[in-house]
Amino acid sequence: MNFTLKVWRQKDSGDPGHFETYPVTGILEDMSFLEMFDVLNERLIVEGKDPVAFDHDCREGICGMCSMYINGRAHGPMKATTTCQLFMRHFRDGETIVVEPWRAAPFPVVRDLVVDRSAFDRIIEAGGFISVNTGNAVDANTIPVEKDRAEAAFAAAACIGCGACAAACINSSALLFVASKVAHLSMLPQGFAERRSRVVQMVAQMDREGFGSCSNTRACEAECPKEISYSNIAKLNLEYLRASLSPQGPVVQKK
Amino acid sequence: MQWKQLLTSAVGKKFVMGFTGLFLVLFLIVHCSINFCIFVPDHGKTFLEVAHFMGFNWIMHILELGLFVGIFAHIIQGWALTLQNRNKRPVQYAVSRRNQNSTWYSRSMGLLGTLIFIFLLVHWANFWAPNRYHMITGGKELNLFERMKSLFSHGWLVIFYLAGLFSLFWHLLHGFQSAFRTFGLDSGKYIPLIRGIGTAYSILVPVIFALMPVSIYFGWVS
Repeated sequence: MNFTLKVWRQKDSGDPGHFETYPVTGILEDMSFLEMFDVLNERLIVEGKDPVAFDHDCREGICGMCSMYINGRAHGPMKATTTCQLFMRHFRDGETIVVEPWRAAPFPVVRDLVVDRSAFDRIIEAGGFISVNTGNAVDANTIPVEKDRAEAAFAAAACIGCGACAAACINSSALLFVASKVAHLSMLPQGFAERRSRVVQMVAQMDREGFGSCSNTRACEAECPKEISYSNIAKLNLEYLRASLSPQGPVVQKK
Repeated sequence: MQWKQLLTSAVGKKFVMGFTGLFLVLFLIVHCSINFCIFVPDHGKTFLEVAHFMGFNWIMHILELGLFVGIFAHIIQGWALTLQNRNKRPVQYAVSRRNQNSTWYSRSMGLLGTLIFIFLLVHWANFWAPNRYHMITGGKELNLFERMKSLFSHGWLVIFYLAGLFSLFWHLLHGFQSAFRTFGLDSGKYIPLIRGIGTAYSILVPVIFALMPVSIYFGWVS
């Protein structure tokens, strides 16, 4: 298969950046989108040119490193797919494909298609954890957890923190990411105790990072490679309301 | 822990939008019910009696004040949110296929709200402002039934009202369920309930409102 790639090239965060067009030929239909970039980069290296920088790690759809806004969609046109699991058979032979980095103020471009997603790490540091050491794995059923709750918590925990939600959101809101962490931890007994301070602190950090508000357009859910339900956002909103209205209020650690 | 973040954080700002939005949803039911009285075939007698009750009642004046606070809080917070959110993406995507992941009206609440605001300005100038002026200077309210009949004899104004109500329909279609989601209620077993009521409300209210200028224009109201 042959494609024409229009790829965003940017030397560093100070460079305004521009699109460059590359024809790629001899692509196998079972190559992943990233493997097509490998083919392109190998050629660029042979030609003595600068290869295209992009994030990737596991290449099996579980790490959340690969990003890329492909033809106007986060991780490309397929549902529930990371870029590494997007295959070239999903494109038409001869198609022109536009590839851009995630666009959001809190995700500054580091180089080409690589953006800095450490804003998400700082949101997790603000409260996306359980403060006490929970020790060794205990016997199953020592702490009873309702089946439905465990399932819902697990579904929320599937978030890989790739940033597609914020990249696809019209408001650059990271709320689906924050909500998946809040829902996951608050639904389980170990995380329940700190649920009030957690939600307030994580939302405050999200604000500090410069992410927007939620308009409930559901674009995040549609683009999420792990199909995190946007019902988690409703859960976060309710947790936030409860935490803010409780007379004592959550104990929020000063930053 | 202060009260501030309840209103000013990314989630708090949405509480303001949702709360004022639901308040306006309730107001529309009242407004709609009162105006529906024009369809009582008694030359507007019932309608004028209800209008008189609403116009000369201090409880209603206090509620009216609250209504204006609610409307302007909703509008100002809405515009502020639209602008703030827009600034969160300084470099736009060259190619963006948003139609594939969300509905156009859910993404256009700021625009739809602005269209409704323009409609509101004309609507206030048509009815509310002259009526208040008349009440203050003459101590009597206008015959709003006659005023409706004379105003809605103009086809272009009827079309303008229909356009305003069309914007309201799309705004409500997203806004109703979005407000409940903001308060965490549009979730689980409540989803079909809220979506159903929300869709029915978004269709019914604008249609009932639209019936008024249309029926007056075509002379269906005595």
